[in-house]
Amino acid sequence: MDVTVTLTVNGVERTVTTDPQRPLLDVLREDQHLTGTKYGCGEGRCGACTVLMDGKPVRSCVTPMSLAGKKSITTIEGLAKGGSLHPIQEAFLEEGAMQCGYCTSGMILSAAALLQDKPSPTDEEIIAGMNGNICRCNGYVKIVNAVRRAAGKMRR
Amino acid sequence: MTDSISTKRVEPESSKRSVPPSREFTISRRTFVQTLGAGILITVTDALSWGQRRGGRGGGGGGGGAMPVVARLHLNEDGTISVMSGKVEEGQGARTELSQAAAEELRVPFDRIRIVMADTDFVPDDGGTSGSRTTPGNVPPMRQAAATARELLTRFAAKQWQADVNSLEVRDGTITNKATNQKLTYADLAKSREIAEAFKQPIESNITLTAVSDWKVMGSSVPRANNRDLVTGAHQFPSDVARPNMFYGRVLRPPSYKATLESIDLSEAKAMKDAVVVHEGEFVGFAAPSLFRATQALEAAAKTASWKVASQPSVSHKTIHSYLQEHARMDNARGVVTEKGLAEAAKTLSATYTLAYIQHTPMETRAGVAEWKDDKLTVWAGVDNPPAAQRDLAQMFGMPVERVRVIVPDMGGGFGGKHAAPAAQEAARLAKVAGRPVCVHWTRAEEFTWAYFRPAAVIECKGGLDAKGSLIAWDFININAGGSAIDAPYNIPNKRTQSVGSDSPLAQGAYRCLAATGNNFARESFIDELAAAAGADPLEFRLTHLDNPRIRTVLETVAQRFNWSERKRKVTPELGVGLACGTEKNSVVAACVEVGIDRKKGEIKVREVCQAFECGPILNPANLTSQVQGCIVMGLGGALFEEIEFENGKVLNADFGGYRVPRFRDVPKIDVVLVNKTDIPSAGGGETPIIAVAPAVGNAVFAATGVRIRSLPMRGDVLKRA
Repeated sequence: MDVTVTLTVNGVERTVTTDPQRPLLDVLREDQHLTGTKYGCGEGRCGACTVLMDGKPVRSCVTPMSLAGKKSITTIEGLAKGGSLHPIQEAFLEEGAMQCGYCTSGMILSAAALLQDKPSPTDEEIIAGMNGNICRCNGYVKIVNAVRRAAGKMRR
Repeated sequence: MTDSISTKRVEPESSKRSVPPSREFTISRRTFVQTLGAGILITVTDALSWGQRRGGRGGGGGGGGAMPVVARLHLNEDGTISVMSGKVEEGQGARTELSQAAAEELRVPFDRIRIVMADTDFVPDDGGTSGSRTTPGNVPPMRQAAATARELLTRFAAKQWQADVNSLEVRDGTITNKATNQKLTYADLAKSREIAEAFKQPIESNITLTAVSDWKVMGSSVPRANNRDLVTGAHQFPSDVARPNMFYGRVLRPPSYKATLESIDLSEAKAMKDAVVVHEGEFVGFAAPSLFRATQALEAAAKTASWKVASQPSVSHKTIHSYLQEHARMDNARGVVTEKGLAEAAKTLSATYTLAYIQHTPMETRAGVAEWKDDKLTVWAGVDNPPAAQRDLAQMFGMPVERVRVIVPDMGGGFGGKHAAPAAQEAARLAKVAGRPVCVHWTRAEEFTWAYFRPAAVIECKGGLDAKGSLIAWDFININAGGSAIDAPYNIPNKRTQSVGSDSPLAQGAYRCLAATGNNFARESFIDELAAAAGADPLEFRLTHLDNPRIRTVLETVAQRFNWSERKRKVTPELGVGLACGTEKNSVVAACVEVGIDRKKGEIKVREVCQAFECGPILNPANLTSQVQGCIVMGLGGALFEEIEFENGKVLNADFGGYRVPRFRDVPKIDVVLVNKTDIPSAGGGETPIIAVAPAVGNAVFAATGVRIRSLPMRGDVLKRA
């Protein structure tokens, strides 16, 4: 039985009528055409589908719509403001912290959540905070550099 | 068609391709404007249907005979230049290096180049993107095309101005006659019908290319042109492509390899709102407006399915190595027999190395979007061989290849694992019946089960030392994995290396550096064993037997950088160092690693990897650094954790919970030294840097513990027992 869910996506209120068990990931990608959020594993273990829900990182592939009501969702498409990139996005570009780029959205959102909690993380804290995200091109070294650089930018 | 994967054998060496046949170029009098994948507007005059007239054979060399300039290159009126390549971008940097190549020879800044890749309607057949072949096989033809175009444009200007062509200067896309200050820009020339005519001339394959010492764009760390779209989420990967009225598809899979469908009740699935159900022979697929509903339809049908389970070979991941040995086709043995050397040796050693099946696990699983329109099929697919995918689709639907268009948007990783496009085939079947576009994006479990694997292998080694500790005999047999990098690059008077086939119970195929991961692991580990038997330092022992100056250079470079000699002396039971080297795909690599050992816990922690790599003149240092770092970490996965577990025709660990890949926590201190050797042609750099990691780790474990681990992945728990 479908339910009607109202949620805010990147600052815009959306009403979705759908199966309550349908993953948030599918609604973002299929209904909202926000394909920056990726399917990687469907089991919440790779982090490619990470979005912020009320500021906290969630794995949208294992988040059913029944849990998304009245929530505020930020996807990768919602980070840049008025054409200027978010400092984390800038840092990823400056460090060249992507190869195929498929994991990048999830990496950036996980980094956003991490830096919200820990504005001046140590490398160990970056590694611990990002460890749930997999990159198979294995650009981990440059991603850690990018998160460290982003932290510096955001403190300024 | 269910993909009867267990009977399909993908040759590990299948990335090797033949040279394309020379083709006659005929001119079609057409002018049209087309927007291509990356938003590039291209005005196509006359000749640019080269992509469609390929005679149905895969190229791969990419260069060649009669190809006209216009097949590779087109001037746009805004001063940009569109260039075309059949190669695929999957994170390795082909898009950037091919653009750099064109910019260099055209004498324009990098951002003036608009590259169109992997769209079979528009690009030449450059074969598959594999085997590190883009750099040696596709960059030179791109440079030749650009240099030919620059020559034609300069000659045209000289004729206009009645000037000596050698007196003209070309810079930033402007041709200048310095004597008269006359100028013509590429944008001006884009409107010229004479230039359009001139670009029908063949690309000059012997044209002089810019010397490495004069490179301005090549050799620099230019970032990927579309990287902004990767950080904003705007880039559409194959699985992101959305077409109007598109449905999402799922396909019924057998519960085990080779199981066949006896019966299924599709009534519940068919009753679902807007669901499309396709049942053709063994193929049962479902399409619906959402993936969720397509999955519900699949699950409703799947629970009614009755399967005839095929008898499986009695083998699992635990018994695979004896199975491969029993089924080895040893009669294929070739090469110089080494019995004489072994008989004369003062000391002989033998050892058997093994490796597990592992998987590429690109972050983007297989995906395809298919759309039928006016009897033409267009697919957007995650595949590294678009022309082969095009032929497969044409054959599958009994239509000429010209009516199949394969487009590969920059995709989410491949590592040799995306040679075919089964998801696109499935999408095309569903789309045909649904009468609308369909997207099929494999689940991770499907990818783990129905894609192919890097071969498991058994490698049998024998070696002999003379009384002075020199290596005089070498016998090396790889069972099942293939012959890449199998030759020992050492001076050994009696040497035999051979690769023999076996019966692989799992579908196997190419991997990053193919069989070289296994061959280099076994060889460099066994060399270490022989060095120990000779009482020699592993570095000295290698250098004593090594003539290849390129390998010597990277080995000596990395040893110095790592401070090998001193750190070797400081080895303890808890802290080991090891090294390894190798060559493959015309590039050379050497690595030193430090491992921390906890024998009580059975833990091997790789603390540091220092690696030197050389692949000729470096095209893009930042990109090459990324590739080398990526290879090191991917190599650690195969070295320490990755293993496909299987039994009774089923993969038992088809998820990231059961199949462990390297994560942030596993990354050691990484120090990459790129050696820029400018007096040879550039080779590809995305694969060979993976081959030295595993043996260097094993050698470091041995140095610390005296325990030789001869199987990949190297599990630390053997240290508890040893």
